[in-house]
Amino acid sequence: MDYQVRLDSFEGPLDLLLHLIRKHEIDIMNIPIALITEQYLQYIEMMKLLNLDLAGEYILMTATLMHIKSKMLLPPVDDEESDEDEEDPREELVRRLLEYKKYKEASQDLEAMDRLDRDNFLKGYIEEIDRAEGKEEDACHDVSLFDLLEALNDVLKSVRTFKSHEVELEKISVKEKMDGILDSLKKEGAITFQSLFDTSSTKGDVVATFLALLELIKTNAIRAFQGETFGTIRITSSGTIH
Amino acid sequence: MENSRLKGAIEALIFASEHPIKMEKLVELAGHESEGELERKDIRAIIEEIRSDYEAPERGLCLMDVAGGYQFRTKKEFSYLLQKLKAKRPPRFGRAAMEVLAIVAYRQPITRAEVEDLRGVDSGAVVRSLLEKKLIKILGKKEVPGRPMIYGTSRGFLETFGLRDLTQLPSLKEFVELEEADEGIIGLAREEDAGEKAPDV
Repeated sequence: MDYQVRLDSFEGPLDLLLHLIRKHEIDIMNIPIALITEQYLQYIEMMKLLNLDLAGEYILMTATLMHIKSKMLLPPVDDEESDEDEEDPREELVRRLLEYKKYKEASQDLEAMDRLDRDNFLKGYIEEIDRAEGKEEDACHDVSLFDLLEALNDVLKSVRTFKSHEVELEKISVKEKMDGILDSLKKEGAITFQSLFDTSSTKGDVVATFLALLELIKTNAIRAFQGETFGTIRITSSGTIH
Repeated sequence: MENSRLKGAIEALIFASEHPIKMEKLVELAGHESEGELERKDIRAIIEEIRSDYEAPERGLCLMDVAGGYQFRTKKEFSYLLQKLKAKRPPRFGRAAMEVLAIVAYRQPITRAEVEDLRGVDSGAVVRSLLEKKLIKILGKKEVPGRPMIYGTSRGFLETFGLRDLTQLPSLKEFVELEEADEGIIGLAREEDAGEKAPDV
């Protein structure tokens, strides 16, 4: 089974937390805040490296997590005056996560509903169709930004070992990288995610290539497919430009 | 006019309409065909008959209640035929778009800031693109400082998702552990079947 990515925009800190909670099979009502904060920060580091725009919201969540973590380290106030129940510092975050999760699931239900021009069609539909391309595409599932980041992480690990000691100023242009990706697609038809980084020698290079890839996916110029979870990510041009 | 002829007339009217045809329109147009007073409930009964006729496996169409009207669409079981012909993928909404759409659908009227509070992330671009696709619309302005726009889903939303009205949206799934008290309203059943029976209007 092939599946396809189309990144419209990034999903946000709440989505990242839900991703981590799912990944580590954590009980949402009893979140180990130290673990989740550490995991969260790893992602933030990677996003910082990529210089992604969404820093603000993610940084705010970092502060929230840190705040909760510090509050949980404090011994419970042994104070007879405050006889109200000690509130769990995680409560507000859990409430937000559950609320977000509810609508995220609702959006998946909406996605599953019969949709015009996907499940049911109106007369006149055939005329709207451009028959030029009949590429068969099987049922596809989204790959999230996080999946791409996981793949990037692997690439970065291998690059670090080749760190050079020479200090040189290099200029890396995302635009050039975009052109490069489109060129090799034109030549090869399809390429793997890994092969994009074959020629990258420095971290900066890798980051620029990755950003170029995200940009191209965002503008629907290319598509990224993945055979199975954690499988090889393959990239093709989206084929709508004919 | 005898019933079978009226049935044919109604089918013809539904077919000839580009958009879902409303009950009032059917009463108005088919009314001429009727000797006595043609009532909505008569038409509704005929529509139910047509609908069940089309459920037969040899029929490729289904009669759907969409956005307050009636419309013939191809049956889902034949979607593969049409998808195969297609140059580009079905208008596919990204996850962010589906999230914002769900939030607007269930929480309308709602401001962009309220959507963003819920998602914890800027949603301006997504809101704009949903406006462009005419899936949501501006309902007005909220009487709070700044007078932000308030949004709701449009008729196009109902048409796209094959809903008669917003009450047909699947129920929200509450987190059960927290909401045990409200178990009565928890709708864990998925309403994937578009052909569910219509509640009385």
